Amino acid sequence: MYDAVVLDGPPTGRIGRFLAVNEEVSEVARIGPIHNQAESITRVLQSPATLVHVVTLLEEMPVQETKDAIAELGRLSLRVGSVIANGVRQPLVADEHAAAVADEAPEVREAVGTALGAVDVKAGPAMVSGLLREGADHVLRARLQVEQRQVLAELPVPVRTLPHLADGVESGDLRLLASTLAEQGGV
Amino acid sequence: MATRTETSLDLDAVIADPARRIIVCCGSGGVGKTTTAAALAVRAAEQGRRVVVLTIDPARRLAQSLGLGELDNTPRPVAGLDTSQGGSLDAMMLDMKRTFDEVVEAHASPEKAAQILTNPFYIAVSSSFAGTQEYMAMEKLGQLRAQIGDGSRDWDLIIVDTPPSRSALDFLDAPKRLGSFLDGRFIRLLMAPAKVGGRASLRVFGAGVSLASGIMTRLLGGEMLRDMQTFVAAMDTMFGGFRQRADQTYALLADPETAFLVVAAPERDAMREAGFFIERLASEQMPLAGLLVNRVRVTAAKQLSAGRAEDAADRLEALGGHTLAVSLLRVHAQAAEDAARHRAIITRFGTSHPGVPVGTVPAHPVDIHDLTGLRDIGEALAGRS
Repeated sequence: MYDAVVLDGPPTGRIGRFLAVNEEVSEVARIGPIHNQAESITRVLQSPATLVHVVTLLEEMPVQETKDAIAELGRLSLRVGSVIANGVRQPLVADEHAAAVADEAPEVREAVGTALGAVDVKAGPAMVSGLLREGADHVLRARLQVEQRQVLAELPVPVRTLPHLADGVESGDLRLLASTLAEQGGV
Repeated sequence: MATRTETSLDLDAVIADPARRIIVCCGSGGVGKTTTAAALAVRAAEQGRRVVVLTIDPARRLAQSLGLGELDNTPRPVAGLDTSQGGSLDAMMLDMKRTFDEVVEAHASPEKAAQILTNPFYIAVSSSFAGTQEYMAMEKLGQLRAQIGDGSRDWDLIIVDTPPSRSALDFLDAPKRLGSFLDGRFIRLLMAPAKVGGRASLRVFGAGVSLASGIMTRLLGGEMLRDMQTFVAAMDTMFGGFRQRADQTYALLADPETAFLVVAAPERDAMREAGFFIERLASEQMPLAGLLVNRVRVTAAKQLSAGRAEDAADRLEALGGHTLAVSLLRVHAQAAEDAARHRAIITRFGTSHPGVPVGTVPAHPVDIHDLTGLRDIGEALAGRS
């Protein structure tokens, strides 16, 4: 009837309990049709036909939960298909400038002041400080993303990334997300 | 810049009010409830309240910063606090299985308690039934409040984190559902054998059904049925108790000594859940302190709009030689757009829920996982960052 069934699951922290229920039911109802039904569901979940994909953000807590969940799923003999890192932002500051921007270094302030002057944007010290602050935050976030991406790379499962969508999915970017996944080899 | 039409949330006033004994942090999952509860607890304690905070599923490092190395279901003092105002903070993580066991031990005789705690059906129920975590959080809240009431602990403020769930309303509804099931007619009817002529039989809606050869045995298996029977027989002194306890704690929530802080993030789904919850509180006449919107993007350079920043960046790119400045302008344009979008979401909420006090906490680049970070959030919560 269907080639694939996709189930949207609970938050990562609860995935083990969510998927293990059938095992527990089959242990409580030890014989009979309910037991058999629960057993057969467990068999499907543990078969190669079923894959669990873990969606995460490139932030410390979600990545830690992802690692824990993958370990838990392994203990339950459930297969993990991939980890999908969602909401990934493009870094906007070039690597060569990152350190100076992160430190809000004086040369950055100078460069910004000069540039704004060159295009006639009236910029007081407060505005320039604000731009520097935002730049530093941005670099910090970008570094954290890279760090967390590396943590995920150490896992024995493929990792896919999806971009942050400024206006959410309403703007019809669902297809964009789908093709982004397909380009990375699908799930 | 859009003007703020919503009422401002003054959380310092809420935590300073000595008549306030319980603050519940609720909202849908993933909005930062636990961190908010922890930050509020630290701030209240450092302002002189004697606080106990009940967390549900804290992230590992947050748990460590509160000294919650292990789940032991008992509040323990948090080290490193400023106690100059005479306050204190005890913290705990909810262990729902142990809480369930505590309920059993408190209400069944030692022999029956022993039977229940080792019963396979009970063991399955106590950790996997939907709503167990919510039920036990309520139960634990009830216990902590009772300890204040009977003078065994000298806390004067309980801050409650709630389980992560797609629907914020689960915290209110799940305990009653589970309580009803555990006390329910289904379980009881199945299990209360009425001996007729020496043979156990079951009265179901007036019709007698023989248990021994009945369909229940065939569906569930004799062993499971016997487990359930043992469980239910042992639980008989507790019947009525589960729903009753859930109802009692629910009543606590409607008391003026309680305040609900609804936590959300500036995203459509979280704000919608927050709206549902606030409307439900209003209909149950449960006291709302206000809405706290977490992870709000703010720009540090408000004088420059996204459009002007993009325009300046384009012109600089055309000029050449200003890569660094161009990148910072693009960063700013993005930040300004995010900030504008968040502001619009919050304003929209304020328009559809007039009179609800709203507070915001700015987004942080990195996770909070120590007392200093919690203090920073506390400052923001109080509108002072």
